[in-house]
Amino acid sequence: MKMLRPRALTCQEMVELMTDYLEAGLSKRNARKFERHLSGCDHCTEFLRQIRTTIALTGAVATDELSAQRERELTALFQRWCTDSP
Amino acid sequence: MSIDEAALLGRLRSGDEAAFVDLIRRHHPALVRLARSYVPSDAVAEEVAQETWLAALRGLPRFEGRSSVKTWLYRILLNQARTAGVREHRQIPVEDAQRAVEGWRFGPDGSWSHPPASWVDEVEDRVRAEQMTKSLRVAVDRLPSAQRDVVTLRDMEGLTAAEVCDVLDLREGHQRVLLHRARSRLRRTLEAEFGEAAI
Repeated sequence: MKMLRPRALTCQEMVELMTDYLEAGLSKRNARKFERHLSGCDHCTEFLRQIRTTIALTGAVATDELSAQRERELTALFQRWCTDSP
Repeated sequence: MSIDEAALLGRLRSGDEAAFVDLIRRHHPALVRLARSYVPSDAVAEEVAQETWLAALRGLPRFEGRSSVKTWLYRILLNQARTAGVREHRQIPVEDAQRAVEGWRFGPDGSWSHPPASWVDEVEDRVRAEQMTKSLRVAVDRLPSAQRDVVTLRDMEGLTAAEVCDVLDLREGHQRVLLHRARSRLRRTLEAEFGEAAI
């Protein structure tokens, strides 16, 4: 079996591995390759920073508040349930 | 399930209305949002979410607290949506959806020829950050539904990967692929709208 020197990852491959990297889904070997590329590539470093920021911003998208009317409707539903169930 | 949640459910079992109000304030809007992936209108999504609360109350004696309340409710919601036969996934075609970044932005050797435009520092500006979250909200709604479900549960609602797989009946690898496409797509939206060197 021929032993080939592991080929470095290209930027185009890097962007497809970002989630696997962040989710700890890469093998140890691939994680090392990923980090080696990252340490020498400002663009991919910036890209990873953008993905992290995207995740943080998505988490900041506010869920709608429950309206007072909806709260009354649901509470009525709860009251009916309390009455109906033994 | 946390201690806090266990106490809340205990109160709910004894018919405490305040405990119920607490739960619906925490979870109802997110349930409606998730339901919206499966049904054709906001009104139907609201109905499905209400049915979910009824089913949860009925199932309460059997809930053993092995999962978080959130996960438990989402599972009931998806069952409701499917049982109602309203699984009408809105599929919106997305061009070039399989790739995190369009191919033309790389040279023949696979390195960046059109590198990512910078926008991350703009988050420091509160107004700008609010604009970004607004854009994201719209962009999430436009994602293909399977991607939207995963990114909503993971990144908006904060479920773990294992919980998302449990709620949506996905394998871990598939969950990660959907999450990757969704996050990549959302990043692209932010870059297109807020990137310095408009591309």
